[in-house]
Amino acid sequence: MVAACPACSSVQVTEPRAVDQPTHVLHLPDIHCGACISTVERALMALPAVQQARVNLTLKRAFIIAPGAEDATLIDALARAGHRADRLDAGRLGPRDVTARDLLTRIGVAGFAMMNVMLLSVAVWSGAAGATAQVFHLVSAAIAIPAVGFAAQPFFMSAFGALRHGRMNMDVPISLAIVLASAASLANAFGFSHRANWFDAALALTFFLLIGRYLDRAGRAAARSAAAELAALESPQAVLIEGSQDRIVAAETLQAGALIRIRPGDRLPADGTIITGRTDLDRSALTGESVPQPAGPGDEVTAGETCLTGALTVRVDRAGRDTALARMAQLVATAETQRTRHTGIADRAARIYAPLVHVLGAATFIGWLTVTGDIWRSLDVAISVLVITCPCALGLAVPAVSTVATARLFRAGILVKSATALERLSQIDTVAFDKTGTLTTGQVTLGGTPDPEALAIAAGLAQSSRHPVSKAIVATAQARGIVPALVTDTTEHPGCGITGMLDGKPVRLGRAGWIKGTCETDMSAVWLSTPCHAPVALTTSESLRDDAVPAVQALRDAGYHLALLSGDAPPPVARMAQMTGIDTALAQLTPAQKVDWVRDCTGMGNHVLMVGDGLNDTGCLASAHAGISPGTALDAARSASDVVLISGGLQGVPHALSTARSAMGRMRQNIGLAVLYNLVSIPVAISGHASPLVAALAMSLSSLTVTLNAVRRFR
Amino acid sequence: MNVLAVLIPISVTLGLAGLAAFVWALRSGQYEDPAGDQARALDLMEDED
Repeated sequence: MVAACPACSSVQVTEPRAVDQPTHVLHLPDIHCGACISTVERALMALPAVQQARVNLTLKRAFIIAPGAEDATLIDALARAGHRADRLDAGRLGPRDVTARDLLTRIGVAGFAMMNVMLLSVAVWSGAAGATAQVFHLVSAAIAIPAVGFAAQPFFMSAFGALRHGRMNMDVPISLAIVLASAASLANAFGFSHRANWFDAALALTFFLLIGRYLDRAGRAAARSAAAELAALESPQAVLIEGSQDRIVAAETLQAGALIRIRPGDRLPADGTIITGRTDLDRSALTGESVPQPAGPGDEVTAGETCLTGALTVRVDRAGRDTALARMAQLVATAETQRTRHTGIADRAARIYAPLVHVLGAATFIGWLTVTGDIWRSLDVAISVLVITCPCALGLAVPAVSTVATARLFRAGILVKSATALERLSQIDTVAFDKTGTLTTGQVTLGGTPDPEALAIAAGLAQSSRHPVSKAIVATAQARGIVPALVTDTTEHPGCGITGMLDGKPVRLGRAGWIKGTCETDMSAVWLSTPCHAPVALTTSESLRDDAVPAVQALRDAGYHLALLSGDAPPPVARMAQMTGIDTALAQLTPAQKVDWVRDCTGMGNHVLMVGDGLNDTGCLASAHAGISPGTALDAARSASDVVLISGGLQGVPHALSTARSAMGRMRQNIGLAVLYNLVSIPVAISGHASPLVAALAMSLSSLTVTLNAVRRFR
Repeated sequence: MNVLAVLIPISVTLGLAGLAAFVWALRSGQYEDPAGDQARALDLMEDED
């Protein structure tokens, strides 16, 4: 039996086909079983425009060939079949990565050759001599030379590139060991000397190092493709007004002067000026201010703001790369390049290691040559030193751990985007939170317990509105079991409030200034005006995310210093700090002040982790030692952060931090193990006691130890 | 020892056959969607019931 999910009641087989050049790519966040695959594929194939549809469950994507079909049609069809789908911009996903496949082929070749040559070598080690040994050596050479020539190419190329620029990298000693071992063994096979045969060592070296290289690459590629997927998900669209017709276009193709239509609930795709219409704008992503601001004709609007209540016609002033949002993202990109200069633990180890190996190898050769005068013997010992010190274990030590840790976090809905993120997260001692959208849901709730009668009238008025305060009023009324009063003729006045008729008398709900005819700007309450009573105030506050308190508590218990950085007014910030138990709370900060705070902290020797979601946090996310943003964050914020919490909420922050710490510990252990192994084996090799058998055993054992230590259960 | 003249080519050929199978599987995209392939295999079996 298949464990079918509730969305898929029936199961049918769709013939598996590969889709070569998809015209549409959809992201399917909820699919998880075979039945989902067939429901999705059948729903898509039922559409006349669709020629091919293929679901990839590993990537949670659907690749579709449907020339001329609208994304919305496909998404609607899937919604009717019970599956949520998001549009992915096929152009931004980039071409399929072929390097991983190429590396796997090389691993296959090296593995095959290693096993065969090892079998032949075992015969020699167990006593074959004379002509038999010579034949075995020749057969080994016939397998090993082409195999090494093909499989070890990535190392040769990288070493050559480094040497040409007068630099050293880990691949130089690796290539030297492989080439020297193969060349000397070839000479032996043709009878130039009768020393040992190193073909199996050269191949084992290539095999293990390729695995390390593959893991490292796969980790980076997964991070990069995740980042591309996030960018492709966001790619905003706009409704362009052309004469009497509306056309949906990609936001980056908009030109200055074009007219676009914004519906309630849309996020603005470009910077512009309102021509017609009034609305309330949610600017929290840009300013951190939680209360919507009214806007009308002549007001300037910025990409990234959300239109809440009324429909607008907007004249585009700046679009695409020129918008304030995109310029901010570019600033972030510059800050990012500084952070990528952070050298990982593996590179630091390699920098000490590579020269040391060369000096040791050369010294051994010269030493043995002066003492014995036997070139072949000296070369043999020098090769054994190079082979045995070759960083198999070191090459696996870090990528194996980060692969395991990243995969574990991914299963918990935490996406690690940058290669050195785990290492930087492990050094964090201060965690700074943004308020709106990060600790809070960005949604409003009603404070206190308003009078039931007033609440009933307010709910009656608010029923038809999409304004967050209206939704909060209706939700509160429902929660308290209050039936909304029957209000007729409700009209929404964007930026002001709602009017309606109750029993033939006018009632109004809205901003203080509008209701009372004064110019009060207090945003923390809405007022209800009824004919018989004085206006009643309904106070509003932001609702905390469910997991904010436990997450903050977990961080406090783990001993992190906590801070709250907000662009909002002091009273709500102080209230939020008190509710969550954060000690340092700073209100009314501009984005630049937030960055300054992070810089000051860094100057004092602290490593700050910024957790934020808005455009006003992007500077902080990029300049802090590490950045985490929730999956609901703005594109710019997500691209500025190292870790994105796709699902699972804020609990992901302590989880990511603790996993990073234990992963880092595991990496250090692994490097320690690799060094320990070298400390034991190098003296043996220099003294000339390392036979190919000893080298093969030591190499395999150390690589296995390191890998097993990496996959051992994490705490 | 003459038997080696037969056995070594046989073992190498078998190894090459394995390698060729691996490369074929890799090129034909059988490692692209392991999770999906698991699920699809089970679906077929359910249908044959």
